[in-house]
Amino acid sequence: MTEALQICTFVLADRTYALPVDQIQEVVRQLECTPVPLAPGAVRGLANLRGQITMAIDLRRRLALPARPPGAAGVNIVVRSEDGPVCLIVDEVGDVLEVPGSALERPPDTLREGLRQVVRGLCKLEDKLVLLLDTSRAIDLGSQTS
Amino acid sequence: MQDEILTEFLNEATEFLDGLERDLLGVESGKDPASVVAETFRAFHTMKGTAGFLGFDDLRMLAHAGEDLLAAIRDGETTWTKEVTDVLLQVLDGLRMAVAVAAGEHQGLDAKAHAELIARLRAMTAPKSAGTPGSPERAASPQPKPPEPLFKPAAPPPKRLEPAQQAAPPPAPESPPPQGALSPSRPAASEAEHATPEASSTLRVPVPVLDRLMNLVGELVLARNQLLCHEAAREDARLAATSQRIDQLTAGLQEAVMKARMQPIDTVFSRLPRVARDAAQLCGKEVRLTPSGHETELDKTLLEAIKDPLAHVVRNAVDHGIERPEARRAAGKPPEGTVSIRAFHDGGHVTVEVTDDGAGVNLERVRQKAVANGIIGAEEAARLPERQVLELLFRPGFSTAEAVTAISGRGVGMDVVRTNVERIGGSVELTSRPGHGTTVRIRVPLTLVIVPSLIVASGEARYAVPQANLVELVRVAPEREERMIVEMQGTSLLRLRGTILPLVDLGSVLGGGPAPRSSDGARQLVVLSAAGRQFGLVVDDVSDTEEIVVKPLGRQLQRLGIFAGATVRGDGRVALVLDVLGLARRTGVLAEGAERADAVQRATETALVPRRPFLILRGKDDGRMAIALGEVTRLEEFGPSEIERVGEGEAVQYRDTILPLVRLSALLTERRHRPRRPEPPPDGEKLQVMVQEWQGKPIGLLVDAVLDVVEEAAQIDSSRARPGVSGCAVIQGRITEVLDTAALLAHRFAPAEGRGGGA
Repeated sequence: MTEALQICTFVLADRTYALPVDQIQEVVRQLECTPVPLAPGAVRGLANLRGQITMAIDLRRRLALPARPPGAAGVNIVVRSEDGPVCLIVDEVGDVLEVPGSALERPPDTLREGLRQVVRGLCKLEDKLVLLLDTSRAIDLGSQTS
Repeated sequence: MQDEILTEFLNEATEFLDGLERDLLGVESGKDPASVVAETFRAFHTMKGTAGFLGFDDLRMLAHAGEDLLAAIRDGETTWTKEVTDVLLQVLDGLRMAVAVAAGEHQGLDAKAHAELIARLRAMTAPKSAGTPGSPERAASPQPKPPEPLFKPAAPPPKRLEPAQQAAPPPAPESPPPQGALSPSRPAASEAEHATPEASSTLRVPVPVLDRLMNLVGELVLARNQLLCHEAAREDARLAATSQRIDQLTAGLQEAVMKARMQPIDTVFSRLPRVARDAAQLCGKEVRLTPSGHETELDKTLLEAIKDPLAHVVRNAVDHGIERPEARRAAGKPPEGTVSIRAFHDGGHVTVEVTDDGAGVNLERVRQKAVANGIIGAEEAARLPERQVLELLFRPGFSTAEAVTAISGRGVGMDVVRTNVERIGGSVELTSRPGHGTTVRIRVPLTLVIVPSLIVASGEARYAVPQANLVELVRVAPEREERMIVEMQGTSLLRLRGTILPLVDLGSVLGGGPAPRSSDGARQLVVLSAAGRQFGLVVDDVSDTEEIVVKPLGRQLQRLGIFAGATVRGDGRVALVLDVLGLARRTGVLAEGAERADAVQRATETALVPRRPFLILRGKDDGRMAIALGEVTRLEEFGPSEIERVGEGEAVQYRDTILPLVRLSALLTERRHRPRRPEPPPDGEKLQVMVQEWQGKPIGLLVDAVLDVVEEAAQIDSSRARPGVSGCAVIQGRITEVLDTAALLAHRFAPAEGRGGGA
């Protein structure tokens, strides 16, 4: 954790989070999703990303945050996974920042359970604290039932 | 570079070993051992050389020992016996294992077994006179083999080669082998042998490249679908011409790439003689395997997928199908049983039939086993017709193996065979002729990637149903719904031409509401089949069939078990592909032992009534009556004027005799004890007469109207039987009275005779 880390920040329900840049493939505005019945609740559906079928996960649902207000479309952050690309739907994408490894701290113990599973660390930026998410845990819905 | 050599070596080694196995088994089916020795000797030798070259010592030593044994046979020091075949097959297995180790697929060899095998080989190689079986490295080897592999750079002979080659030794292991990877050890001899004329026009292509090509073609098919979709919406002749051309090219390309992925089924067949031989040996039977249709081609992925099921079916044929030699002799058959395997194309499918000339399936024993294993009740078992009894063989947990042998009864049953074959969109069925043998028919599609499917709607969503699972489409009009759809213990059942199928509502299964009716109030059903059972699926609507390219779902969605994949449709949207087998499992349609299945089972009993033809007649007040066609000799029409009065009755001249006529309405009227009405005067229409035998003489039954002739498995509810009426049955979805004409006539004429003779 001493090397510098590139992170991409994004907003979910007025709070800033981040994902490591090296696992992000691209950011896509809007994608039409086909819902998948019986899938875990966080799965928004399957989207056609230039011919490739990708699963879209609503990060608000994944992190047990209040649902996005109707009309707010959200943005897709496409991340790479073993199973191919996966879309993570967020409210807004922020910046790509380079943070020194020293700025990354262990997530606070007071984090609620649902969030702690997917948080890799706490990032201290100049003006705010950002929760850095672990990509593979964020897209693993194995523990989530609905 | 080293990796490439290794990969190629492993590939070729596997091929060599398969060929070797074929040769060895060839001797048993009468091939001249001398030619086989020559062939296999070379194969062992090459294997030894390359293995040494690449530093696989276990492999080298085993190949070496095998080579020595073959050399001894070639030179007449030892003769080819069954034991030789046995031990060489063991060597082959050892080599396979060693190759697997070399490929990193396996942990390591069983060193002890390895050493024992080599010792056994050496013992057999030693001439009978030399009594020291274990003596290592026989000095008196007839064709002195250098103990070290030929290609070790340090070996003396290469030093005398031309300068150009002399410089080569150190980098040799690095350089790619010329053509066949196994040849470098002995370029002169083996290369010439293996370089067939075809070799120059054949290219080895790594499978991932082909996979990628196939995926790209899949994409192209989708893009084509989209293009056609746009083109249809536009009136542009040039666009239409271009897109038509692209359509043709895509189809051509698709076919060509599919062809490139095809391999002859022989690659699977070549394993089977060994499988059959091992099984036969274990059960003490004599079996000959006769494969045909080697050249039938199939997608590589599918070949892989049917490899194990097929081996299992062959093993079963030997273990359960073929009788012991004594029993065969007693039955007047040759002591050696035959298992024939036949592969052939039919339509877009490939069928592989495995037929044995054994005793056939003992239905009684299957019934008993099924009862003993608690699969069905004794009463039900006794009633089950043959076809359903055979279906029991595919139930999980079913094993007919009287004694659990080493090969059968190990928990892998026909249910697994069927599941595996259905997973790739195929089907398995079994037919049997007692005393003559059993046939298992495996049918698989030619390719997996592009699947013709029916698109069905549920709510807003569209789902693809692979056509392989599709049996038929049924539309239930509101007025027929009550007769066709039955609710029973919380389960919906579909009554379809006398059979009763469990019914599943797609919308409800997927967590939405039940499927709404169409505007005319009808319900749309799709009859599907999975694991040998059929069930009805209620959908909102069905649209076209489409060629879809199935893409796998990520693991997380695969786990749901009801979707086989997803596809991008012409409009760019994603549609899910239903996994029919998974859907059936999830909804309990295939569940075993559950109450639900019980209800279904009980309902299915009506399906067990054999189908027979019925004549449907219009009865009183538009009611329907049926007469089993078997009771009727023929149907005739007569003009009203042909009917003549004869005493109290009527008759016609028919084939030079007088055919007495009886009006059905009269018979029924009498039965109902109503005052006999005057018969309606004939109104110029032709009259329908059913001619039948009664008391050895023909008699004509005059009916109002014959509505239809149908074949149904109608179960007659005899609780409503009366004299002359066997009971009620549902035929064509409607309640129909089934008449017993013999009883009717008897009823009519018995009192009449008392009155002094009627007709």
